[in-house]
Amino acid sequence: MAVRDYLRERFMPHIWCPGCGNGIVMNNLIRAIEELGWNKNDIVMVTGIGCSARISGYLDFHTLHTIHGRALAFATGLKLARPELNVIVPMGDGDATAIGGNHLIHAARRNIDIAAIIMNNQIYGMTGGQYSPLSGYGAKATTAPYGNIDQAFDIVELAKASGATFVARTTTYHVKSMIEIFEKALTHKGFSVVEVLTQCPTYYGRKNKIGDAVDLMNYFKDRTVPIGSKKKEQDPSLIERGVFVDEQKPEYCSEYAKVIERASKG
Amino acid sequence: MVEKNIRFVQGNEACVEGALYAGLNFFAGYPITPSTEIAELLSLRLPQKGGKFIQMEDEIASMCAIVGASLTGLKAMTATSGPGFSLKQEAIGYAVMAEIPCVIVNVQRGGPSTGLPTKVSQGDIMQARWGTHGDHAIVALTASNHQDVFKITVEAFNIAETFRTPVILLFDEVVGHMREKLVIPEPGEIPLVERLRTSVPEGTDYHPYLPREDGRLPMSDFGGVHRYNVTGLMHDMWGFPTDNPKVAYGLMRHLIDKIEGHVQDMTHAKEFFLDDAECIFISYGSAARSALHVVENRRARGERLGLLELQTLWPFPADYVRERCEHAKYIIVVEMNMGQVLQEVRKAVDDPEKVFLANSIDGTFITPTKIRNILRVIQGKGV
Ligand SMILES: Cc1ncc(C[n+]2csc(CCOP(=O)(O)OP(=O)(O)O)c2C)c(N)n1
Ligand code: SF4
Repeated sequence: MAVRDYLRERFMPHIWCPGCGNGIVMNNLIRAIEELGWNKNDIVMVTGIGCSARISGYLDFHTLHTIHGRALAFATGLKLARPELNVIVPMGDGDATAIGGNHLIHAARRNIDIAAIIMNNQIYGMTGGQYSPLSGYGAKATTAPYGNIDQAFDIVELAKASGATFVARTTTYHVKSMIEIFEKALTHKGFSVVEVLTQCPTYYGRKNKIGDAVDLMNYFKDRTVPIGSKKKEQDPSLIERGVFVDEQKPEYCSEYAKVIERASKG
Repeated sequence: MVEKNIRFVQGNEACVEGALYAGLNFFAGYPITPSTEIAELLSLRLPQKGGKFIQMEDEIASMCAIVGASLTGLKAMTATSGPGFSLKQEAIGYAVMAEIPCVIVNVQRGGPSTGLPTKVSQGDIMQARWGTHGDHAIVALTASNHQDVFKITVEAFNIAETFRTPVILLFDEVVGHMREKLVIPEPGEIPLVERLRTSVPEGTDYHPYLPREDGRLPMSDFGGVHRYNVTGLMHDMWGFPTDNPKVAYGLMRHLIDKIEGHVQDMTHAKEFFLDDAECIFISYGSAARSALHVVENRRARGERLGLLELQTLWPFPADYVRERCEHAKYIIVVEMNMGQVLQEVRKAVDDPEKVFLANSIDGTFITPTKIRNILRVIQGKGV
C-alpha cells in the first residue's frame, strides 16, 4: 500500500508546524507497518495530549486520543481486553515521563505487549515551550527564563530499570534505523520503548538558539553515536542510539491467560 | 424447597453479584476502604468466567483502563471510595465526552481528604454530579439494602449501555460492609441491555458520532471492521476534533439531552406510606433504613409519616419529587452530609420553607433515635 492509504486525508491539513519532527516519525511508522504487512483492522493507536499525540487522528487505524499522560493506562485496559490487537502508543516526552511517568514504569514492569514510542522534543510543544523532564539542566524554556535547574531523565535507563523488554533510541535524522527499530519494537512480544529524538523548531530550537529544523537534525547527527562507539569514550556527553535491550520475559496478557486457565479448573 | 440462590453477603458482594449477572467481564481497580472487597471478589470470580481483572497503579489508571476495555465491547467497571473517586474525575469526563459505557462504584466514606476511611458518609453526591470539569449530565444511582444493591447494579449496566454513558453507583460504608440476605435472581429474571452495535456493513461509511433519531449511537468495537477516531476533544460525527460552534453546540446538547431528556425512564425510587403522609422523609442509601424504621414505628402509633426512598440521585427526579410531596406539610431529608440532596429537594418543591434536614456528618450512622430527636424539634415538641 502507498503511504497515503494509511492516512485520513479527510482530516488534513495536520496541526504541526513546518519542520516539526512529528511528521517524520509518522511517515516512518507507516513504512514500518507497511513492511510488516499488518492489517489496519488489527492495529489500535492510543495517544494522550500534546502535539505528538495528534498523530493518532491522522492515521487510519482504530484510534483513541485520550487525556494528558494516561494513554498507556487506556491502552493497558484495551490490550488486556483484546490481546490479539496490535497496540501502539506514541507519546510526547511530557506526556510519557511527567504526568504519565507512573503509567510508563508500570506498563514496563508488567511487560504488557504494547509498543510505546516516545517522541522526545525536550519541551512541551502544545502548551508553548515550557520545560519538560527531558529538557535538561541549563535548557531554556518559557517557564525557565533563568535556565532550567531540573535534571533530565534518561528514557532508556528509565525504561530498562522499569522492566521494558525492548528498549531503543533513534532520531529523526536516522530514518533508516528508525524504520528498522520500529519494526522490531512492533513485533517484539512484551513492552517496548522507543525514544525518538524529535525536533521542535518552534519552541525548543528557538528558545535554545539551536536554530531551525535542519539545524536541530544536524544536532542529532553530531551529538549521537551508535551504541559502543569509540567516540563516546572520548566524549561521554554524546548520546548513544540503537537497541539497548531486546529480551524475552513472561508477557502480561499471556500470563493472564494462564490465570484464566487456573481459575476455570477451580 | 431449599433455594440454592439464597446467600448471606456484604453489600459489596451484592454489587459484585449484580455486576456479574449484568455481564461484567472487565474490572480495573486500586484498593481502598471501604470498597476493596469488590476488587478482591472480582479478582477471584472474573477469570473463572474468562473475564479480566487488573489491579492498576492508581485510580486514574483504573478508570482509563475500563474505558479502553469498554471500547473493545466488554462490559467494564471500577470501584473505589472518596480519594480514589477524586482521582477518577478527569477520566470520567472523558467517558462522558467520548460516550463510553462503563460503571464506577463509589462506596462512600467520611471526607474530605483521607477523612474517616472506615466510617460512613454520603458526602460525594455533589461530586458525582459535578466532579469532572465542564457542563455535562451524569447518572448516579444508589440503594439501601442488598437486594436493591444487586438490582440497581444491573440497572447501572443497562443504563450505561442504553445511553452510552458512565454510570456512578453511590453506595456507602454501611451498605457496603453490612451483611444480610440476598436472593440471586435466575438468569433472565431481570432483563439485560446488550450493547447496540452498528449494522453498517464493512466498506460503507460508518459515522461513530452521528446519533440516530432516538439519540442512541450504535457502536463498533475496536478491532472490528470500522476504524474511527475517539477523542475527548469536541468532535464531529467522524469523531474528529473540531471547534466549529455549531458542532460544539450540537454535541453539548446531545450529551446533556440524552440524559436529562430521559429522567423519567431512569427514575428509580421506593414509596412507603406516601398517600396520606403529612410528613415525608426523603432519604437514600443506608440512611433510608433508619428513616423507614422511624416511619414504621410512628405509623403503628397512628402518625401520618411516609418515606420516599430515592435510588436515582442523578439526573435528579425533580418533577417526581414535587408531585409526590405536594400534599405533605413538611419534608425531612435524611442524609449523611451537609444537605446535598436537601438543596435539590428545595429546588424541586413548591415551598422550600417546608423542607428540613436530619443529618449526620461525624462518621456515625444516622440512627432512628437521631432522626426522632430532629423530628421532635421540627414538630415543635422539643428543645
Ligand atoms: C491534565 C492536563 N494537564 C495539562 C494539560 C496541558 N497540556 C497539554 S499538552 C501538554 C504538554 C505537551 O508536551 P509533550 O507531552 O512533551 O508533547 P508535545 O506537545 O511536545 O508533543 C500539557 C502540559 C492537559 N491537557 N491536561
Ligand atoms: S510546537 Fe513544536 S512539537 Fe508542536 S507542532 Fe510545532 S514544532 Fe512540532
